[in-house]
Amino acid sequence: MALAFDEFGRPFIILREQDQKTRLRGIDAQKANIAAGKAVARILRSSLGPKGMDKMLQGPDGDVTISNDGATILEQMDVDNQIAKLMVELSRSQDYEIGDGTTGVVVMAGALLEQAERQLDRGIHPIRIAEGYETASRVAVEHLERIAQKFEFDVNNYEPLVQTCMTTLSSKIVNRCKRSLAEIAVKAVLAVADLERRDVNLDLIKVEGKVGGKLEDTELIYGILVDKDMSHPQMPKQIEDAHIAILTCPFEPPKPKTKHKVDIDTVEKFETLRKQEQQYFDEMVQKCKDVGATLVICQWGFDDEANHLLMHRNLPAVRWVGGVELELIAIATGGRIVPRFQELTPEKLGKAGMVREKSFGTTKERMLYIEHCANSKAVTIFIRGGNKMMIEETKRSIHDALCVARNLIRNNSIVYGGGAAEITCSLAVDAAADKYPGVEQYAIRAFAEALDSVPMALAENSGLQPIETLSAVKSQQIKENIPFYGIDCNDVGTNDMREQNVFETLIGKQQQILLATQVVKMILKIDDVISNSEY
Amino acid sequence: MPIDKIFKDDASEEKGERARMASFIGAMAVADLVKSTLGPKGMDKILQSTGRGHSVTVTNDGATILKSLHIDNPAAKVLVDISKVQDDEVGDGTTSVVVLAGELLREAEKLVTSKIHPMTIIAGYRMAAECAREALLKRVMDNKENAEKFRSDLMKIAMTTLCSKILSQDKEHFAEMAVDAIFRLKGSTNLESIQIIKKPGGSLRDSFLDEGFILDKKIGIGQPKRIENAKILVANTAMDTDKVKIYGARVRVDSMTKVAEIEGAEKEKMKDKVNKILAHGINCFVNRQLIYNFPEELFADAGVLAIEHADFEGIERLGLVTGGEIASTFDNPESVKLGHCKLIEEIMIGEDKLIHFSGVAMGQACSIVLRGASHHVLDEAERSLHDALCVLSQTVNDSRVLLGGGWPEMVMAKEVDELARKTAGKKSHAIEAFSRALVAIPTTIADNAGLDSAELVAQLRAKHHNEGCNAGIDVISGAVGDMEERGIYEAFKVKQAVLLSATEAAEMILRVDEIITCAPRRREDRM
Repeated sequence: MALAFDEFGRPFIILREQDQKTRLRGIDAQKANIAAGKAVARILRSSLGPKGMDKMLQGPDGDVTISNDGATILEQMDVDNQIAKLMVELSRSQDYEIGDGTTGVVVMAGALLEQAERQLDRGIHPIRIAEGYETASRVAVEHLERIAQKFEFDVNNYEPLVQTCMTTLSSKIVNRCKRSLAEIAVKAVLAVADLERRDVNLDLIKVEGKVGGKLEDTELIYGILVDKDMSHPQMPKQIEDAHIAILTCPFEPPKPKTKHKVDIDTVEKFETLRKQEQQYFDEMVQKCKDVGATLVICQWGFDDEANHLLMHRNLPAVRWVGGVELELIAIATGGRIVPRFQELTPEKLGKAGMVREKSFGTTKERMLYIEHCANSKAVTIFIRGGNKMMIEETKRSIHDALCVARNLIRNNSIVYGGGAAEITCSLAVDAAADKYPGVEQYAIRAFAEALDSVPMALAENSGLQPIETLSAVKSQQIKENIPFYGIDCNDVGTNDMREQNVFETLIGKQQQILLATQVVKMILKIDDVISNSEY
Repeated sequence: MPIDKIFKDDASEEKGERARMASFIGAMAVADLVKSTLGPKGMDKILQSTGRGHSVTVTNDGATILKSLHIDNPAAKVLVDISKVQDDEVGDGTTSVVVLAGELLREAEKLVTSKIHPMTIIAGYRMAAECAREALLKRVMDNKENAEKFRSDLMKIAMTTLCSKILSQDKEHFAEMAVDAIFRLKGSTNLESIQIIKKPGGSLRDSFLDEGFILDKKIGIGQPKRIENAKILVANTAMDTDKVKIYGARVRVDSMTKVAEIEGAEKEKMKDKVNKILAHGINCFVNRQLIYNFPEELFADAGVLAIEHADFEGIERLGLVTGGEIASTFDNPESVKLGHCKLIEEIMIGEDKLIHFSGVAMGQACSIVLRGASHHVLDEAERSLHDALCVLSQTVNDSRVLLGGGWPEMVMAKEVDELARKTAGKKSHAIEAFSRALVAIPTTIADNAGLDSAELVAQLRAKHHNEGCNAGIDVISGAVGDMEERGIYEAFKVKQAVLLSATEAAEMILRVDEIITCAPRRREDRM
């Protein structure tokens, strides 16, 4: 433990509370880190692919999550090990950046680590391994660029997009209705996409879920769905051609920010105050009415009296609408969020063709649909499903599908899935390895081998013989020099991924390789772990 | 070098076979627990809460039983969840859905042990569920066009639902009540507007549906006990000291006389308010909030019936039945819609006084008064009635009906069996298993009734071999009988929800190959 000694053999204290820390150095540290990283990857390995299994996670409060999404599993796993946390981060950044392939990236990193361990045993220095990986990843990414195909679609012909989303959804529990969900996702993305700038703002797509009904009832609403009802039970439930006042000020007497006190010491003051108060409410409602609003949506609560006045003046209102929803409503209806009654003007009102309240099931659950908005950029995907877990998982799956569609709109290059891309990269990297003199050559070969582990896991999960299948596909690719052959997970009878319509986005795949390499490099560079020992 | 543990201290991880076993066993245990409550001869369960008073619930309702269990097994939680959703969505079939999911998993376990991959089982189950749904769709009856027939369908459905519950003795009486109540809703599914009032005493037979509306409140002292042609103002307003709402206002006085003055002003204010209310020309005032003695006295003076503390739902329902709007300000009496009813009077049920509004204008809400020997009986009666009402309200919207008594399961099982024979590959095993799981439901019904299930189900299966057969298990006579003749009907929507939710849940549990339990959150020491 000690680092340095004086002439009498007593250790110098360098770290604070040195004896309470455990320390791993050199090769031991690397081995331990690799083992931890591999352990995480092993958990996710069986979730990969269309036949991947789910994980059941019981949270600290006893709540149960069932998921197939790598990022979600890792997030909920609550890991304690530092390196394991790095892997969690890795999958999360893939999730943020691309939204899909979160399991694949971890499996990839795990495979790279496993190969690195072998190289370490050979006595290759970790930094050389890291450099070799770096070179190899560049080769792989370039190769992907080369084999990528442009993929044509437009607003009217979105079938190819649907196919891609279906690939993503097929690995999830929702694959029973992947067709309809994929269509919903694509339509949603196309509705909000800016095809000129090739950009999609996913914030405009809101995903709402409500327990009950069946998955098939999931629908896309060209508008906003708010989980609220009218503030007064007797307000009209349906408003056509609504002019919406979007307010962030409560229907309550004003609360000045500065500290103040109103002292009442005479009867007159009491009377005036009372009058004042009544006037406030009257004015507020009047102002809304004056600008021609037919619906008030407010972020805050209403006083009982104000509520009745609204109802009385035939001005339906919704209260306690969350900030995010409020913004969405404002975007969709083309209205402005108004922080003060004084600033209400007719131009600031949002417009919607139809606002209606809909109730579900036997319990008193109501939701507000705002449809046919002036600016129909915002859409809502409304998910129904048998139970809460199902809805949560569907939400995550839809999110993945949305991300894929978005990525395709941003960059319409694709590579073929089912492990095809990995296999061809592996071949390319292997071929490139021989050109590099020096120790890196070994690391580059190791990288190629690691790439093989993704199709291998796919085959394993699909109940095929992993080595047999992989070598067959590989030889087929070399023989015919076509990079479209992958693992036939669904037992269709062909290895040609073009026929199966299994593809992934180019940037998603590239990102996977780059991110996995980066994390592995980082882990390899650690040669000293100092941690507080437990007790 | 040992692998560093990557989880926190108390976390556990179960993998592969072990994880699958753990979830199968948990789910099956839950299914077995509620199994004995299935069917008309199902038994009840006593639930004792661990809370203060150890309150006891006696129930036959699957959702209620499962809701009260504290379950640690994650797979079992999935089943509890589907039962809850079934309750929320269609109201009935909460036990069936759990039993079916449990049976599906039991069959799946057998297949897994004979080395069939869970994914193959899932694929088979999916095909089977789709086929079963088709089979049901082919055999549904829809009598929406014929109002009289539709009503009798509803009656039969209500009786079928009720016959497994405590109300089975008087099921005709209650079915009549439930159907009447549903027809009053005029197609709305908002059961909130049916008020169920429970009063211990009397017998279940004394329960009745009231045309009007009953409010569980007393009339203020010195106010009229009976009002004819009442004009009602329904309000939600503070009738205590009407506080000043402007923020930061407070009363600061420096002498006693000033206090008296302010108090006078306050009283004056209240009086003003009361006068404004009276200006509506009403003779009954119902407020959601408290009414202080002073305004109450003022109302009494004016001969107006004032009712305080009607809860929010009561107010809403009252608004619905009388057609009045719920008011909070009273400045323009001419435009406020008042509620109307022919007669308000105080009535006695058992020993309690209630206020009865009869001859109401709108009539979209109604009250059901339940009588019974004890609170437990009443609670269970309420749950049963609620189930029946839920099913009926859903059936009004989706009027397709099926026969009951294990008939739909047999129809489905037959179709699914046929599909299994046609399907090539390992999937056919799973499809076959699905049909076995379906047959488990009539088996359980027969078992619970103490009948020879093996014999009966075999007979049933033989009968169902003929096209268009209506045979099901008749628990009363203990034999196979014609369900259409016996008048045992079920709503299609319920059956479909049972089928789909159970398959979904089974699929979800089957897909799991690893359970990770996080360390329980540490409770802060409150000492």
